[in-house]
This record gives sequence, structure tokens and C-alpha cells, in this order.
Amino acid sequence: MDLLEYQGKQLFRAHGVPVPDGRPAATVEEAVEAADELGYPVVVKAQVLIGGRGKAGGIKVAGDRSEVEAHAGAILGMDIRGLTVHELYVERASEIAEEYYAAILLDRTAKKPMAMLSRMGGMDVEEIAATDPNAIVRIHVDPLLGFSDFHGRRLAFEAGIAGDVVRPVSVVLAKLYEAFAEEDAVLVEVNPLLVTADREVVALDAKMTVDGNALYRHPDTATFRDVSAEDPQERMAKERGLTFVKLDGDIGILGNGAGLVMSTLDVVAQAGGHPANFLDAGGGSKAEAIVDAVEVILSNRNVRAVLFNIFGGITRCDEVARGLVTAFGQLDVKVPFVVRLDGTNDEEGRRILAEANLPNVTVEKTMDGAAARVVELARSAEAVS
Amino acid sequence: MSVLVDSGTKLVVSGLTGREGSFHGMNNRRYGTDLVAGVTPGKGGQDVEGVPVFDTVHEAVAETGANTSMIFVPPRFAADAILEAADAGIELVVCITEGIPVHDMLRVYTHLRRGPTRLIGPNCPGILSPGKANVGIIPAHFFSEGNVGLVSRSGTLTYQIGNELAQRGFGNSSIVGIGGDPVQGSSFIEIIDLFQADPQTELIVMCGEIGGEDEERAAEHVAEHVDKPVVAYIAGFTAPPGKTMGHAGAIISGSKGTAQAKAEALEAKGVRVGRTPTEVAEIAAEIAGATV
Repeated sequence: MDLLEYQGKQLFRAHGVPVPDGRPAATVEEAVEAADELGYPVVVKAQVLIGGRGKAGGIKVAGDRSEVEAHAGAILGMDIRGLTVHELYVERASEIAEEYYAAILLDRTAKKPMAMLSRMGGMDVEEIAATDPNAIVRIHVDPLLGFSDFHGRRLAFEAGIAGDVVRPVSVVLAKLYEAFAEEDAVLVEVNPLLVTADREVVALDAKMTVDGNALYRHPDTATFRDVSAEDPQERMAKERGLTFVKLDGDIGILGNGAGLVMSTLDVVAQAGGHPANFLDAGGGSKAEAIVDAVEVILSNRNVRAVLFNIFGGITRCDEVARGLVTAFGQLDVKVPFVVRLDGTNDEEGRRILAEANLPNVTVEKTMDGAAARVVELARSAEAVS
Repeated sequence: MSVLVDSGTKLVVSGLTGREGSFHGMNNRRYGTDLVAGVTPGKGGQDVEGVPVFDTVHEAVAETGANTSMIFVPPRFAADAILEAADAGIELVVCITEGIPVHDMLRVYTHLRRGPTRLIGPNCPGILSPGKANVGIIPAHFFSEGNVGLVSRSGTLTYQIGNELAQRGFGNSSIVGIGGDPVQGSSFIEIIDLFQADPQTELIVMCGEIGGEDEERAAEHVAEHVDKPVVAYIAGFTAPPGKTMGHAGAIISGSKGTAQAKAEALEAKGVRVGRTPTEVAEIAAEIAGATV
């Protein structure tokens, strides 16, 4: 789960990572009130889960109350790379002397946490790597031993940062690691890590991703989930306990097991189709889950045809077939379905579908055949509409 | 022969008294796996269909000689259960549980690397050596004994590919599900090495997906250390970046971990990559016709 800047900074503060004083605001009035309390100049920052906020005009300095009003009004409701701004963060402006880059992340390949530091902050980390690969220092940390002082010293000296801030930057890195480990984060990124004109080290930005599987240990962080920013269809799926990702095509997809669903999307794409979603109905999918899934898939108006690709292991094909029959009884289904049932109880499943004689449902035996058929049906639906 | 589990496997199941644990544990026993014990703290002295239940893994090992553990406990207790099994001297731990916090797995993985215990999973379907033993949730009736070693990050996709292979007459030495999490106990390379050393295995099929770099590392490794033919499949060519596709580990981060990059890395090292599960089986049949 990705956190907004101000949420990440809240966790930073709790672990002693220095951040400028700031307040979240959801309206122009709240922004003005926050700025008055903080004292001018302030920075008004769009709170959206995407990079490039500054370039898009989502971060503005305000010298007085009228500027806060103007900027807050302009940024609220702004579209930044497809995301609408619902929240602002108003922060005391800082005088910039140096900009560094710092991060702690999970290195999957080494299966260890990795700490990173660069003196070239303020630009994208991939940009730093492209400009000067040697400008980023990376050190692995043993998760059983944690972050030692020497890790911080090595990072600071090897990154070649200003000598007078080696010590405070090392201290900040240790505290970032503490936040990473204790908040169950998979990424903590500070860009820029700022040295102010007064030679103070502060985290000017905060990008944090926490492990959704560990939220039970962090009830406060769990409340950060911003349901209003979620796609309504994805939210609906989540409420029903379905694993769902919205895509931009017109063929609804349901399968059992993440790997098989990913593979189904690929096979449909190879047949010339465009999947509208990823939906894993899970191992052991029961009839009720299938009804929920059909409802979620059909809530997307772009869907012209639907493919069910089931390979029954723990999942029983007869359960899936019963679920589909129930769904057709409860919902007004207007688009064609292609159903491929293979594996556990597949013959029983196909028999149930044959007896129900559902309108517009084609049964296919193979995955490739089912993909070809659904693409054909989606195309003819497109030609009609 | 086969890898990891066989007729010498003596299985203890942590969570045998739970719904899933008893269902699959008993399924494994019916298949012929030597299920010797269950562990549920506080339920020591009971039994599940005649299988004795102990309070601790240590006690189960001392009483029954268990050498393999299967973990079926909820995510927040699973890391502890893996550590307990390792501490009790279990050689092989198979963790089925999905949803274990990744920091728990970082600690468990780092600790296990320093000792003799091998971990498969978590978030995996387990291991099946057809005709010998089944440890996990793989539906065994689709698979027969044969010469293909199959290793995969996904469950149902494994069944799909295994079934395509079966339809072309292939059986399996072993099927190993390494799991869909970002930090797994064992990765492709370690299982491929086992298949390379296993006399029964004549062809290796690896089934990867988006996220991480394990497939790329496996490609390098195969080129240098494996002389048996390897066929690969990668799922997730159409997955958008930044979205977790069901498995916690199936995510493209920035430009890293794409299916395209993995397929290219494998092909660059001479590993043929099927674009569909059907094509994987076709390639396998072609290679087997030529070399096996």
C-alpha cells in the first residue's frame, strides 16, 4: 500500500526523521488556516500517489494568504497524470543548500534490505543512474542485525556528501531504516533529502510503501487507505474479497489462481483481444464468489464479452458452473460468455451448463480455443454497437 | 528418483487440526505420503484420523522421526512455525500459507540460510513426486510418474502446464511450487540444480511470472551449470506496471521485472520460451523427440 506524502511524514516524525512543519488540508479554507498557523512562506503540495507532481504544477510556493488561496484553489481538483487531487499538504518553505537522495528498500534478488544514498537528489533515481551510475551508493543490511552506525558512515562518505553533514545524514539514514523495519515498509524514499541554508538535514519529500500483509500490526496505518482515490470497480471487488485489477480493454476475464489469470490475459492478447480486467476468483472458488465476480466484471460498461478460464484443482468446476447459473438468474446479463472448464469435476460442470442452457454462453474445452472465441465475440459486438 | 519428497518423507503438519490442514494433510496421506504427526499447541495427545497430534514440533520429531514439515497455520503465526520446525531439526519445510508479512520472511530466510533447513514457499502449492509422495495442495490425479521436472511460481498455472504435458504423454519426476511471494525460501536456481542432479529428470520446465529477477538469474545459471534441456514459460506480458497481479511478488516495479525482459534473458541463454502453456508442451515434445 502506497502512502501519501503527508502520511509518510507522519510516520517519519514518529521515528525521529526530521521533516518541515506542515498540515494536511482538504479545502482552500483549511489550506489558508494551515498557512496562517505555520507562517509564510509556505509550499502548497498536491497529495496524489504519483510522481511528477512538481512538473504538473501540483507544488507551488505561496508568500502570503492570497497566494495560498490562489494555489490551493488551482491545485484542488487538478488532474495529475490521470489522478484527481482531493488533498493538499501545506508546509513551511525551506531554503535549499543541497539536495540528496536517500532510500531504504527491499532488494528481492538479494532478499535483504538495501540502503541507498546519492548526492544528486532532486531528480528521479533512474535519471541519477543514467546520468552517473557511480553517484548512487548501495549497501545491503542484514535484517537480523539491523542498521549499524558504520552503514550510515559508509553511505555518507562513499556518496561524497558535504563533510559537515556526514554525521546528521548518517543519523537520518539510521532513523529511516528504523521506520522501514518497524512500519513493515517495502520502500522508504526521500527525494530530496535536504540540507537547508542553516545546514539542517530534513526530509523534504516522503515516499513510503507499506506491506499490506502486515497492516494487522499497524492499525493506524491501515486507516490511511484512501477509498475515495480508488477506482470504484476495484473498490467493489475488494469489498467482496476478490483479487481484481482494472485494465483498459473490453474482454472481462475470470480465472482461478493468479498465474493462470495472468496467463489468460496474455493468451487473449495474443489472440488479438484486449482484456478489461484481471480477476482471480481464488483457489476453491465457491458459487457465491462467482456471482460476486460476474457482478464486478459487468459493472464495467466497456465489457463486450467475458471469458471464464478455470482449471480445477481445489476449485471444483461444478461449483463454478452453479455459480454462473445463479449469476445469470440474478443479473441481467447482456454480453456473451465463453466458459472453459477443465480439471476437477469438469464434466459435471459442463453438464450443469448444458442443462441450464444459458443464453449466450459458449463452452470451450481448451484455453487457446476459448481465447480465440471470446475475441471473435467481442469483435462482433463492437461491429454491432 | 525425484526431488525433495519421496517414499522416505516422514511428514509433520503444523496446523493439522485446522480445516485446511486436515483436508490437505489427509489428502496427502491417502496419496501415500507417510504422514506421521500433526502439531497444534494445546492439542497434544489428540489425533486426527489416527495421526498423533503434539504440542511442539520438537516433541513430534522426537516421537515420530519426522523429517519434513508442512505449514498450514495463519499468516501471522507462520514465520514462527517455520522457525520452530527448523529449530527442531526438520530438513525440509514446505509453507503453504499465503499472506505472511515480508519482513517476517526476510528474517526467516536470513536465519535459515545459516543452517541446514531448506524452505519451499511460502504462498506455494507444495511438492508432488508422482507415485511417491505429495506434500501440499497439488491435485495429484492429473499427474503420473515421468521424466519432466516442473518448477513454478504459480499453482493453477502449474496444473495447466502439467496437464498440457500429460496430454502429450509426459509424466513428472517432481513438481515443485516455489511460491508467489517476493521473498521465497527457494528460488528457481536451487530447484533446477536438484533436477539437474536427479537421474529421473531428463527435461526441466520452469514457469515464471512478472516481478523480481529470479528468472533472469536462472537464465545465467542454466547457461553455465545445466546440461539438461530447459523450457520456460513466463506469465504477465499484458500486466500493467505498478499493479500487484494476485501474487504479492507479481509486480512490475518501474521498468523492472517485465515478462518481456525475462523471456529475452532466457532466450538469450538458449532457453526456449513458450508463449502459451500449449506451446510449452509442444516445445517439450519437440525436444523430447530429439534428445530424450
